[in-house]
Order: sequence, then structure tokens, then C-alpha cells
Amino acid sequence: METENNASNIIEISDLNKWYGDFHALKNINMSVKEGEIIVVCGPSGSGKSTLIRCVNFLEKFQEGTIVVSGTELTDDAQKIRKIRSEVSMVFQHFNLFPHLSIVDNLSLAPIWVHNETKEEAREKALKFLERVDIKEQAEKYPNQLSGGQQQRVAIARSLCTTPKIMLFDEPTSALDPEMISEVLDVMVELAKGGITMICVTHEMGFARKVANRIIFMDEGQIVEENDPINFFKNPESDRLQLFLSQILTH
Amino acid sequence: MKQQNILSQVKGLTFRELLYNNEVRAFFFQVATFLLIAGLFYTIIGNLFDNIEARGIHTGFSFLKNRAGFDILPFLGNYLQDYTPESSNLTVFYVGLINTLIVAFVGIIITTFLGLFIGIARLSNNYLVAKLAGGYIELFRNIPVLLQIFFWYNIFINIFPHPKKSFSFFDIAFLNQRGLYLPKPILESGFSLVIIAFVVGIILTVFMKRYFNKKHDETGVYTRTLGYSTLLILGLPAVFFLLLGSPLSFDLAVLGKFNLKGGMQVVPEFIALTFALSVYTATYIAEAIRSGIEAVDKGQKEAAAAIGLTQTQSLKLIILPQALRVAIPPTINQYLNLTKNSSLATAIGYPELMSAFGGTVLNQVGQAVEILGMAMLVYLFISLSISLLLNIINKRMAIPER
Amino acid sequence: MAVNELQTTRKPPISQIGAVLWLRTNLFSSWINGLLTFASLYLLFITIPPLLDWMFFSANFNFGTVNILGFDIKFSEVMADNDNCGREAACWPFIYEKIYMFIYGFYPREEVWRADVFYGLTALLIVIVRLVKNYKYKNKVILSMIITYPIVSYILIAGGFGLLPVVETHLWGGLLLTLIIASVGIVVSFPIGVVLALGRQSDLKVIKLFSTIFIEFIRGVPLITILFMASFVLPLFLESGTNFDKLLRALIAIALFQAAYFAEVVRGGLQAIPKGQYEAADAIGLSYFQKNALIILPQALKISIPNIVGSSISLFKDTTLVLIIGLLDMLAMVNMTSQDIYWLGRETEGYATVTMVFWVMLYSMSRYSRKLEIRFNTENIN
Repeated sequence: METENNASNIIEISDLNKWYGDFHALKNINMSVKEGEIIVVCGPSGSGKSTLIRCVNFLEKFQEGTIVVSGTELTDDAQKIRKIRSEVSMVFQHFNLFPHLSIVDNLSLAPIWVHNETKEEAREKALKFLERVDIKEQAEKYPNQLSGGQQQRVAIARSLCTTPKIMLFDEPTSALDPEMISEVLDVMVELAKGGITMICVTHEMGFARKVANRIIFMDEGQIVEENDPINFFKNPESDRLQLFLSQILTH
Repeated sequence: MKQQNILSQVKGLTFRELLYNNEVRAFFFQVATFLLIAGLFYTIIGNLFDNIEARGIHTGFSFLKNRAGFDILPFLGNYLQDYTPESSNLTVFYVGLINTLIVAFVGIIITTFLGLFIGIARLSNNYLVAKLAGGYIELFRNIPVLLQIFFWYNIFINIFPHPKKSFSFFDIAFLNQRGLYLPKPILESGFSLVIIAFVVGIILTVFMKRYFNKKHDETGVYTRTLGYSTLLILGLPAVFFLLLGSPLSFDLAVLGKFNLKGGMQVVPEFIALTFALSVYTATYIAEAIRSGIEAVDKGQKEAAAAIGLTQTQSLKLIILPQALRVAIPPTINQYLNLTKNSSLATAIGYPELMSAFGGTVLNQVGQAVEILGMAMLVYLFISLSISLLLNIINKRMAIPER
Repeated sequence: MAVNELQTTRKPPISQIGAVLWLRTNLFSSWINGLLTFASLYLLFITIPPLLDWMFFSANFNFGTVNILGFDIKFSEVMADNDNCGREAACWPFIYEKIYMFIYGFYPREEVWRADVFYGLTALLIVIVRLVKNYKYKNKVILSMIITYPIVSYILIAGGFGLLPVVETHLWGGLLLTLIIASVGIVVSFPIGVVLALGRQSDLKVIKLFSTIFIEFIRGVPLITILFMASFVLPLFLESGTNFDKLLRALIAIALFQAAYFAEVVRGGLQAIPKGQYEAADAIGLSYFQKNALIILPQALKISIPNIVGSSISLFKDTTLVLIIGLLDMLAMVNMTSQDIYWLGRETEGYATVTMVFWVMLYSMSRYSRKLEIRFNTENIN
């Protein structure tokens, strides 16, 4: 289905509603993302922010509303899902690297099996991205031999290997020890400068201030407020955002 | 709650979209599987009826009413059902069922004590005891249980003496080729009162426990109840027993010229089967007990000591509840295995369900589908009941976690 | 303030070291412990010496003259027979005379080299599996061997295909049959078990239902009932006139039975895989088949290996049940050989022999399984 919206909107979410059983997890979400935009989504835990971005690559099914990703409307359709997942990649809170495969095999898996690249091409590309996240020397090791920060950088490299148009980050630093957070954020800042479309669910407000084009605040399954970084922090309108900011910025 | 059903989703889709829709695919895949399996059953059952007709085999359950016409090794099932060759095939079913249950019952009791003993011995700090228990487990676990059944049965047939030369235990019990001869209890009128007294004793004990627990909760005064419990459970029936003039006597087996007369004969088939199954299953129960005890963190014992509990209290309140949580489920599973393995009696002719009914009756009647179906249903019923029990236990014992 | 002199180290009191200490702590730490020690010694005393006496010291080894590797070794003038062998201790000449049946059953003597090659192949398989432990392509090597082994074995033992004379299955017996049933049972039931496990974990309700019913039904009944079903009812399920082999029927029963148990073992492995692995595989766009073949199963099967070996050991023990439907495995050979009118009443020797063979095989398998378990518990998955 073609959209009549502005063609530069790479993601278009309208009237999205999702339930888990009786629990109304997402309520009437409307948002759009332009190509190259960096969006940060924040909010208290259980506010539906992870659920929202997991709907974008159809890891979660939704009951009402539409999501259009680069011109393709998301339905429970094997071909469409495969197409969208090859254009949208995701970085998880717990890395979710495949522990039985070496680092380089982790990276080349999707190119080989989903994008039908040759083993050699895939490997070459994998090494290139490993170099980009500064971890090339670990290529033949296995995930459990690396530190959390290294694992998350590998996970980012893995999601770059499929040359995605959009990257989703689901709290990429929440499971990391404090001293490892910055190495991952550095890589993400690098990526943001490279012009890729990003949606990040994160509590790293410093990161948000530095690179986000827009920050979205969610609570109880709704988008409460969205704004550019400067006004988001300076002039929060809703009480809930003020409360949230006061809690998160005091320490 | 909002739920879209498959129809509302499918509406208005093009053919290509239908082809790739995951819901539609899942639906058709399931329908196809269903049809495949239904088709398989249809063919199988069609063939079955054709074959049955071609071979002139009877169908239905009327054979259950027919005369069985064969002897069954005399054991509990025969006595309880008053079995004679004139009895019906249905009676054979009951005889077999009773004999299965008695093996399971006696076997479970023996294997529990044996397993508990070996499992605790395995963890003994006495080097020799621990090694012996380990040796027991390695020895009996790694020999197929059917071989063990044959072996013990063979000991009766080939090694134990003729009845004339029976091993005698103080002239009360005798052991020979024909089995074990025990004194036969003869219940006289009034003995039922003793049994009632026993049951009443147990009920009173439960109430007493509740009372003292409540007292403990309310006043903080703890009362030891072991003495009272013994008095109620054992003393009460004993008093009745004496008051009624000992309404129980024993018929002892007496060594005659050629054979033992009187007493209660326990056939060698039963002993070999029960012994082999108990010995074999005990190796698994011992391991379950051991892993249960080992699963309790060492820190728990230290913490219990640190808050000032005595050794007994620590065992009763801290260690055992955690150890049992690990040990009980596999132990119950082993009870089930023992019960299922009792069907190996077929090999030595102990007349339990698979031997008497699934074996002899099947050979005579030939209605394999009905007979094996009935036998399988019995085992399934036992298995499912035990699974249900396990689920309940697991639910009650589960420790709430985040 | 006093300054203490530097203390010299000295040895602990004599009761705290060496053999005395070991005895004290391990055998006589308290009077009850001492009592247990004596009880254990007594138990050993009443079991081990009579057993050794029966097996060796009083046993009859009068084999006559035996040719071992070209050397004639004379044990006695003539071989003992049943009457002069004695009943108080083991009569090993009986086993010596019947050893062929215990190992090969009724396999024709002129074709017996084929059975020997089969034994050799089996031994080679075990050696290779243990040797390639650290080899990079070990999974591929082992997998290809596991697939080719039953095929090669079948052609070797059964013959036909214009290569070797056919040996009918009713002649197969003894240890040969035991090994064939066990290996075919394991190899055939494993893939079925994996499919059933995936089925039971599936989101598709119908598939899940059928898998669950099958698994729970099979696990709820004893193997004997299934063997009887295969033996009496299975022929009725097929087109009339289809006639098939008793051994094949037993193998079908055992394969279906074992598949249900493997399914539960593999399901245990599947349940141990974190949800994130499924999500990551979905997120990079793998299909259901790719996800399971590349990501989930390799990990789940690896976790399950100790339990898979454990379940295979159970199957190995269960192969003895086929004698109840009239197949002549190693255990059945005891009853078979002791019905020889020249050797009546020698079951005990037969059971002792078969027990030793089974015990050695099963004990080594269970040791191997425990070793794997320990290795897996200490090692990272990779």
C-alpha cells in the first residue's frame, strides 16, 4: 500500500494500539520519522517504549493501526516482514549475540543466509565493520570471551552488516557496567554522524542532548511529549515529564 | 480486549498477500497436518477392519464375559477375586491389575527405604560406607533390569533348596525353590476394632499437632509431641488389642515330609520381580536424594546456625524443606517407572496385567487391539494421575521468584 | 609493651597427620562411625569372597586345549562336560562352548567375518568420536559417520544388493543383535525426537497438540505394550498381504518409543535457550527453518548432549525387552543355550557372563556421559 504522506518520512506510525491480553500497552501512537533523523525515546520502565520500537520490525504484533516502513506497510506477511527486517536492524539490551558462533560468523550470518552474499564477501564486510567498532582483533573469538561493552559493539557491527536504512536501539547500555557505557555510546555517536536513521530507547540523556534531532517522552503507553533536545530539557510542558526529568537528572 | 480474528484480516487481501500472510500460512499448515494425520488414521483403521474381517477375528468386548479356562499362578489377585479357570476374562483383567498394583505398592515401599538409605550412605563421611553405597549404585544401575529379574528368579530355581531342605528362620519363615513361606495372619472377630483404633489414633494425632502448633503460634510455647503421637498411634490399638483378647493368630508353615504345609506362600516370581525392581529403582532414588541434599547451599546451614537454630531445627526447618523440593519430583517419577517396569513380569510369568491379561488372554482370544488397548489405558491412567500429582506438588512447593 | 619472640613452626600432633588422621576422620570419627565401618567390612566379607570363589577359585576352567593366536594352550586333558563340571561353582567350559551364540546368535559361520567387520566398525566409530574431540570440523565428521554407519552396517550384516549373500534377520542374535537394535534405535529415533520437540514448542496449536499427545502417550505406557502392539497390531494396520519382518517391527516400536524420550530431552535444551536468541534471529530476518537450523538447534542440542547420552543408555538397557516378543538378543541367548540337553541348569553362568558384558558397556557409557556433563558445566558454550 502506498502512502500519500511526505515521501521523506521513512517510518510512519498512525493510530497504533497494542494489547498484551487485557493490558493496553500502546495507546494511539502517532509518529513519523524522516530519513536520517535521530530519535531518542525515553520514559519510565513499563511505559511501552521498547514495545513501540519492537513493533517497527514486527518482533511484536499489534492489533490496531498502521506502520509503514520505507513504503511497505507492516502486516503479518512473510515476504514483507523479511523485506523490512533486511532494511531495519536492531541492537538489544542483552546483546543477544549467538554464543555458539565466532564473532566473525555472528556478523556474516545474516549477509549469507538472508542477503545471499558469498561467504567471502560477507567475511570481508564483517571484518570491515569490526574495524569500524574497533574490535577487529577479536574476530575469531567467541562472544562469551568478550566483555559486555565489547559484546555490545559486536552487536552493533552485526546490525550494520546488513547495510540497514534504519537502526533500532533497545536500551543498548542498560545491561552494561558503568565504565563500559561510554565505549558503546561513542560508537553510536559515530553512527549518528554517518547519517543513518536511528531510533534509540535509552536513559542516556547526555547522548540524547548531543545527537538527537527529537526526543520523545512516553508514559503509560502514550507519547506524552516530544520536542527538540534544547526545549525538551529546558521547557518540559507536562508534569509527568518534569517529574521524570527531576528523577533522572538529580544523580 | 481487542482481538482480530483471522477472517477480518484475510478480508480484502489479494491472492499474493494471502499466499504470504503468516496467519493464513499457519492456518493452512495446521489444517494440512490435521488432514494428513486424520488420513493416516483413516487408512490404518480401514486396513484394520479389512484385516480383522479377512482373518475372522472377533471384535468388541464380549470376550470379557467368556470363560478364561486357564490356571493362574496363585497370588493375591486370585484370592481377592476368587479366581478359578471358570472365571471370566474380565476377572483375569482384575486379577492382573491387583497383582500389578501389589508389586508397585510393595516395590515402592522397599525402594524408598533402600534408596533413602543408600542415598544418605553415599554422603556419609565414613569413607567405606560412602564407597559401598557408590558401588551399589554403579553396579545395579548399569545392569538391565530385565536381566536382574531373570537373575533373581534363577536364584530361586537353580540355587535355592527343595522344600524339604528349606532355609528356616526360627521355624517361623521358610525360604526355598517355591518361594517364601510366612506365617499367615488369621483375623478373628473384633480385629476390625483394632484397625479402627489405629485410624482414630492417627486422626487424633493430626488434631493434637494442630492444637500444639496453634499454641506455639499464639503463646510461643513449643511442646514436643513425638511421645504423645507414638502413644496415640501405637498405644491406642495395642490397648484395644489386649482388651479384646488378642483377636489375631498366625498359621505357621510346618515342614512336612515332602513339602511345607500351611502358612502364606509368597511365590518366587513375585519376590524376584519386586526385589529386582526395588534394587534397580533404588539406585535412581538414591541419586535423587543425594542431589537433593547437595542442592542445599552450604551457606544455608551456616545461616541457620548463625540465627541460633539447633541442629534438629536447622534440619527440620531449613535443610529438609529445600532438599525435598529437589528430591521429591524425580523420586515420584521413579515410582512411575517402577510401576511401568512391573510389566516385565511377562518374562518370568508373574501374573500381572501384561502377563495374565495382555499375554495369556491375548493368546487365547487374539483380540490384540481391545486387549492391548485396555492394558495401555490402565498404564496411561496411572501415569497421568502421577503427573497430575507431580504438578500439584511442584506448584505447592515452588518458591516464588521474580 | 612486650615483644614476642618469633615462633618456630612445628608439625601438628601425631593424631593430626598421615594414615592415623585418615583413619580417624574417615572411618572412626565416632563410635557410631566405627560401628558402620565394621558393618561395612562384614558386608564385604560375606559377599566378595564367596563371589570370587564361585567365579574363579573353585570354578571349572577345563577348556581342553585352546588355540589362542596360533598357540595351543592346554587347560586340561579334555573339556569338562555338564556332569563333571560341578554345581558349587561356575562352569566356564559351558560358556566357552556357547560363546559363538552369545556373540553372533545363529549367524552362519561362513559369513561371520561380516559380523566381525561390523564389530570393528563400531569400535572404530567410538575411537574416532573420542579422537576428534578438539578437531575443528568434529560436528561434520561425527554427523556423517552417524549417518553412514547404519547404512554400511545394514548392507554388511543383511547382505543383498548383489554384493553379499543375504542373511535373514531371524539368524541375527546375541550381542550382534543387541548392538544393531540399540544403534538403529538411536539413529532413527533421534531426528524424529527433534521434530517432535520442535512441534511441542511450536506456536501452531494443532502441531503442538499432536506432538504433545504422541509424546505423553508413549511415555505413559511401558515399552512392552508398544512392542506387543508392533508385534500383534501393526501387521493389521497395513494393507493385507504386507508381510514384514519381526525385527523390523521391533525396531519401529523401539524407534517410536525412544523418539518420545529424545523429544523431551531436546525440549529441555530448547527451553534453556534465552528468548533473546529467538528475537535476534528474527530481527536479522532469518526464516523459521533457518532460525532453528542455524541458531536454536545447534545450541539446544549441545546443552542436551549429556542427557541424550543418558537417554541412549536407557535405550541400550531396554533392548533386552525384545526377547519377550521372541527376538534372540544376548540375554535371550542365556535361556536358549541352557536349554541344550547336554548343558541343563547352567543359567547362572549365562546370566553372569551377560551381566559382565552389559555392565562393562553400560558403565563405560555412563562414565562418558558424566565426563561430558562435568565438561559442559565448567566450560563456556562455544
